[in-house]
Amino acid sequence: MAQIEAVGGVGVERGSLPPTLMMSYWRTVAWRLARDPATLVAGAVLLLIALSALLAPWLAPYDPNAGTIRLRLASVGAPAHLLGTDEQGRDMLSRLLWGGRMTLVAGLTPVLVAFVLGTGLGVLAGYVGGLTNTLVMRTMDIFYAFPAVLLAIAISGALGPGLPNTLISLSIVFVPRVVRVAESATVQVKALEYIAAARASGAGVRAIVRHHLLANVLGPILVFASTQVSLSIILAAGLSFLGLGVTPPAAEWGLMLNTLRQSIYVNAVVPALPGLAIFVTSMAFNLLSDGLRDAMEIRA
Amino acid sequence: MWAYVGRRLLLAIPTLLGASIIVFAMVHLAPGDPIAAVMPAESSQAEIEATKRAYGFDKPLPVQYLVWLGRVAQGDLGRSIATRRAVILDVRDALANSLVLALSSSLVAFALGVALGLLAAFRQGRALDKLASAIAVVGVSVPHYWAGIILIIIFSVQLNWLPAMGAANEPGVLPYLRHIALPTVALSLIPLGVITRVVRSAALDILNQEFVLALRAKGLAARGVFTHVVKNAAPQILTVLGLQFGFQLGGSVLVEAVFSWPGTGYLLNLAIFQRDIPVLQGVIMVLATFFVLLNLAVDLLQTVVDPRIARH
Repeated sequence: MAQIEAVGGVGVERGSLPPTLMMSYWRTVAWRLARDPATLVAGAVLLLIALSALLAPWLAPYDPNAGTIRLRLASVGAPAHLLGTDEQGRDMLSRLLWGGRMTLVAGLTPVLVAFVLGTGLGVLAGYVGGLTNTLVMRTMDIFYAFPAVLLAIAISGALGPGLPNTLISLSIVFVPRVVRVAESATVQVKALEYIAAARASGAGVRAIVRHHLLANVLGPILVFASTQVSLSIILAAGLSFLGLGVTPPAAEWGLMLNTLRQSIYVNAVVPALPGLAIFVTSMAFNLLSDGLRDAMEIRA
Repeated sequence: MWAYVGRRLLLAIPTLLGASIIVFAMVHLAPGDPIAAVMPAESSQAEIEATKRAYGFDKPLPVQYLVWLGRVAQGDLGRSIATRRAVILDVRDALANSLVLALSSSLVAFALGVALGLLAAFRQGRALDKLASAIAVVGVSVPHYWAGIILIIIFSVQLNWLPAMGAANEPGVLPYLRHIALPTVALSLIPLGVITRVVRSAALDILNQEFVLALRAKGLAARGVFTHVVKNAAPQILTVLGLQFGFQLGGSVLVEAVFSWPGTGYLLNLAIFQRDIPVLQGVIMVLATFFVLLNLAVDLLQTVVDPRIARH
């Protein structure tokens, strides 16, 4: 338990061991998560954000792209516009709801891609070893020559604006990170005796990887991938903020922040809202991944 | 140990070469012709061809790469398509500004992060620890470009205390500090969060070891225990400090864009929108080289502080 406490700021309290040691691993994890208030709150917030993004077409009171210049930059709490209007008089609440869709898609997809591709490449490199390992891992090292933000912006800058290009550039940022974690987890598990036992009893490579290896490396990889979601969201919105991501007039939190930036001298609150949405989402993902890591007893 | 140093130095070369291939390939990732994009729409085919020849874009890609690499190795990053100035001059000026910003924000983050992390570890579970953990989570979660805008709204627009944009025009230390203050705070948030976390967890690891218990049992005062903990956590703390400084240098693009700070990020942003390929390549290559060398220095410094690492 001491180890778990050492890892994160929020997490399992001392002595909160499950009531019975007979519980399965995943039930233990769920038992711990259910007793971690910070994680529960974060999970609830994320559920709310995801639902409001999903249901944006039904929840949004106005068309996110229709506005009247007459009503531009209305304050929060204005009649008929709960969260005010933007610099073109478009309803902020509607745009924030629709914007969440874009930001979540742009932030989550690259981590998902990285999880699948990175696990595949990492397990391959770790299990096969030798030349394959050297080739894969040294190639991944090259991407570590760039800080993440720089790499994302550079690739996006070269490819040009647009959601597909954002997804490509962010995937390139996150794949090498997952590969590293997957490879080192695979190398560790591969050296364990039960793998040797499985091999000795005649199990083929496919059976060993599928039944024995993946079951034990997916946990750490999943936890690592979950820690990357918040960065991915910040970067995805950041690319739009620079004009390299989602293109206008679409509603996306980073893009909204960028276009509203010029209006801070007129209205100080409304331009801060899209960034607040990014912040709350990214923080909720961080708290959730912290809780998950503690509950799964995985060391960062 | 020297064998380890030599091996690490040799390993940096393929990494840099790989990075140069990525930087070079970026240009050719871009849809369309890198030259046609910057030529006036009414230019004739012959004019486009002539410009291509002048910039060497007519040769096969591997040849272009080798020629480019040869020049880069000699410090020649070509000329900007937009301004015709030597790229190295623009990059040099911008890099100086970015380095100052990276240094100032790193200093703030290091000082606060190390202090908070250590305090949290020694006051584990208490209010101070909870506060440090909260600061850490906020630090790693906040979009720093948004934090920059919030700072501008509060300190420039509402209070009118500090300038919102750019570097100081007038000479003197005070104007300079006034201009760099807000970008420094915005840029220090992420490393502050990361450093607080790592320092706290490193210090806790040491605190939970038996030798600390033994020291306490022998009657060593709290200050003595503190020294032991800091000494033992030092390699890990040093690593995170070095790495964070590197991230600051490359990660300031967004903050520089918010504050129009004339650094490499600002230059990169400009190059992207003018589709100024030589500048784009030059900035990224210089930053990547810096980053690789910095990581190398951190690795080597680590083995000096903790020789066990080299024996691994």
